[in-house]
Amino acid sequence: MKSFAFHSPETVPDAFALLNDVSESKLLAGGMTLLPTIKQRLAEPAALIDLAKIPQLSEIAVDEDALVIGAMVRHVDVVTSALVRSKVPMLVHLASGIGDPAVRNRGTIGGSVANNDPSADYPAAVLALDAIIVTDRREIPASTFFTGLFETSLEPSEIITSIRFPIPSTAGYAKFKSPASRYAVVGVCVAKAGGSVRVAVTGSGPCVFRVPEMETALETSFEPAAIASIKIGAAGLNSDIHADAEYRAHLITVMAKKAVAAAIQGL
Amino acid sequence: MIINFTLNGRPRKMDVEPATLVSELLRETLNLTGTHVGCDTSQCGACTVLFNGDAVKSCTLLAPSLDGAALTTIEGLSATSGSNRLHPMQEAFHENHGLQCGFCTPGMVMTAVALATRNPVPTEAEIRHGLEGNLCRCTGYQNIVASIMAGAVAMNAPAIGE
Repeated sequence: MKSFAFHSPETVPDAFALLNDVSESKLLAGGMTLLPTIKQRLAEPAALIDLAKIPQLSEIAVDEDALVIGAMVRHVDVVTSALVRSKVPMLVHLASGIGDPAVRNRGTIGGSVANNDPSADYPAAVLALDAIIVTDRREIPASTFFTGLFETSLEPSEIITSIRFPIPSTAGYAKFKSPASRYAVVGVCVAKAGGSVRVAVTGSGPCVFRVPEMETALETSFEPAAIASIKIGAAGLNSDIHADAEYRAHLITVMAKKAVAAAIQGL
Repeated sequence: MIINFTLNGRPRKMDVEPATLVSELLRETLNLTGTHVGCDTSQCGACTVLFNGDAVKSCTLLAPSLDGAALTTIEGLSATSGSNRLHPMQEAFHENHGLQCGFCTPGMVMTAVALATRNPVPTEAEIRHGLEGNLCRCTGYQNIVASIMAGAVAMNAPAIGE
């Protein structure tokens, strides 16, 4: 690795000041994507600003009708949180399927959401639950946060501090995973909040997206059968060694049905 | 930069270059070569160590992140009983022939210790799920799983003669 400076601020304003003042600096959360990227020389930051010593970023709390998960909360913390399990058990299931135990012991929800990998699991939950991405300066609705391949509406030097998940009536997540990386080849999150249903798909396009046709059908009848005949077009979907676009299009309906079934069971 | 951490139960103070991986620090500076580097891409798990008790891949952990933390490597396991005796999980790998070439074994044992600490009576399915980040290219998983089942029992049994 090329050398870099390392800073460990203890407050969010200090982290912002460093990120803003030190040129070519990057935030370090769990490092599960950033460190391999640096090792491959795909990124060469002059400084890393570590968020690990800012305690309030690692909190999980309920605030009114929302589950608030701090940006530095690790996947294993979500898996083992009694609070998350009681409020949004779907997130426990989703987090327990990310990577492997060592990845879950380091990787964070804030890092996953900020990176917006097209095959990451969390963006599907954030979009389906209509979550709010809380930063050091504003609140960004999920609907305007994920803007493209590895792209978000975060400004330079903006820091995610937490994700606010409105607590749904029920939600389910199902993914067809790569057996090697456990990344989602296709992942679908379905969430029902009162009479409203949102369906979000990850792993399939350049960025997580919703399927309005399935949402309308599920608002009429919240059963897997309600969406069984809905075909997704292959245009614009990813084709790679894991699956071609036609196969992914087929899998979206299959995984959506499984996600609805999981939501009905309350998983 | 100066970091202070606990290594295998003993406090350490070191001056490290920030762009140092924990796997490099262990093997090249501290001569603790029990931690193996297989892929160096956080896939194989041979470099797994315990970071504050959690199994993590030392090839994807920066030395500065050790500041204030407790690190346990394969060399530190037997020391926990205060003797040269193998850790119960190491003993179980020995008894159950849980290795063939042995390259992946340090990582397997560290992952197994973390798993059995968190889940004292793991099922076979839980062990296989827990080993998803550790690859054995001899494909000797059957005996590794058997070792971890036996090791979990031994780790959580009352100590005899100590």
